Amino acid sequence: MTGTKGGGEVSIRDLSKSFTLGGRQLAVLRTLNLDVRSGECLVIVGASGSGKTTLLRILAGLEAADSGRVAIDGKPVDGVGAERAVIFQEPRLLPWLTVLGNVAFGLEVRGVAKADAEEKARFYIALVGLAEFADAFPRQLSGGMAQRVGIARALTVQPEILLLDEPLGALDAMTKIGMQEELARIWSEENVTMVMVTHDLEEAIYLADRVLILPKEKGGAARLIDVDLPRPRDRSETRFVRYREELLREFGLH
Amino acid sequence: MTLQNVEQPTVIGTHGHRTNIGIDLLRLGNLTAGRFLSRYGVLVGFLVLWQVASSAGWVNAAVLPPIDMIAAALWKGLAGGALLGDIAISLQRAGIAFAAAVAVAIPLGLFMGQVRAVETALDPILQLFRQTSALALYPVFILLLGLGETSKIFVIFWATLFPLLLNTTSGVKEVDPKLLEMARVYGATRLTVFRRVVLPGAVPSIFVGLRLSATTALLLLIASEMIGANKGIGFQVMNAQYNFQIPLMFAAIVILASLGLIANQVLVILQRRLCRWSNPVN
Repeated sequence: MTGTKGGGEVSIRDLSKSFTLGGRQLAVLRTLNLDVRSGECLVIVGASGSGKTTLLRILAGLEAADSGRVAIDGKPVDGVGAERAVIFQEPRLLPWLTVLGNVAFGLEVRGVAKADAEEKARFYIALVGLAEFADAFPRQLSGGMAQRVGIARALTVQPEILLLDEPLGALDAMTKIGMQEELARIWSEENVTMVMVTHDLEEAIYLADRVLILPKEKGGAARLIDVDLPRPRDRSETRFVRYREELLREFGLH
Repeated sequence: MTLQNVEQPTVIGTHGHRTNIGIDLLRLGNLTAGRFLSRYGVLVGFLVLWQVASSAGWVNAAVLPPIDMIAAALWKGLAGGALLGDIAISLQRAGIAFAAAVAVAIPLGLFMGQVRAVETALDPILQLFRQTSALALYPVFILLLGLGETSKIFVIFWATLFPLLLNTTSGVKEVDPKLLEMARVYGATRLTVFRRVVLPGAVPSIFVGLRLSATTALLLLIASEMIGANKGIGFQVMNAQYNFQIPLMFAAIVILASLGLIANQVLVILQRRLCRWSNPVN
């Protein structure tokens, strides 16, 4: 049932985007260039207002750039696409559907017959460890469980690229660590390209092949850091800690 | 409870098992009775007070007859069939008006909630209509439609339309935009988003409108039957009063109250079935 696929290459050229805020032009992305390799896990970090969520929304096709080009496997991005799936900070589950209904939703919307969609959904519900909760309604789930449902829904459509917008940002510290391990496992099993935005530097190092640091100030350049650590990663290992310090330095915090 | 449990074996001896069940049943009975009293105690007290006050002559029994006389009049009216015709015609008036309001308000409300331009254009006139009492317009409807069934049904329809329309519209507008965006990310067409996200999301709000409208329908039913009708429960209330058949008047009032309670209960049950996912109502 695992994907790929092979595709999932993203190329970003001279991407710029600004917002008008209170009459002032506010540039959040300035001529960004980036290539995301097929099957890699790229994590985007940056201070608030650095445009990381905007970048992800442009990749998702939910927002248009002011200038520049974004292409996926050579095809320019124009709106949402079937090769991409988004996991939001909130689970965004439909409260009137069961876990099964929610996970099957993405496929059903794409015209897959209900029975086929549900069969596939059950596989991914089991993958995120919620097999016993397939018939539960969202209001009966904890925050972490609900987010797993959101993840399962995204996986069910078997995207080439998984876009994650601070997916674990709303979870408590304990749940979060468990979910990071889960994401690492899913990523290695599903062989999917992952682009993820986070505030959490440790999370970035735990998951990323490369970390993209977006600059906050005008004229600052985006930086890429290769995280060259064996998986599964050990948070207490010296080299892990050293990466963490390096990232903190980037933010002027160390 | 603990004390009983400890004492049972020694005191009750060989019949312990059977008596246990008896005690359990008693306890269950107490529990049910307690729950019943906490919910309906005040109501029962009110009825008892009414009965005593009336039969003991604390109040004028000709104006507030004792409960048993009202019950007897109600029974006579129902079993003898005298009130059944009135119930039927009243239900027909309120039912047709309510059904027409549902048929107009829900589709229009869904449309208004979806298309901003339509809502903007219709909102001022709808606010004006809504704030104009339907009863004040009843004479106008009588002039336009005559004193027959049509004007009665229309005035009920008119008053019932607005709560349902406004609640449907706001239900659609209040669907979480984050859910709409989620559906869009999966490539849902506008129609699919409407069918699978907007419509189910608006259902609880539509039910609020349905319950308000049902109450309004009965209210307007009575008012319209008190003016220029010769049949119907509302007519019976007035007619019984003219003829000083006070127990019959109260019997008709009881029927009206029951109709309201039944309509509300039907809608609550329907809502529970359709909205199993949301918080239980009441």
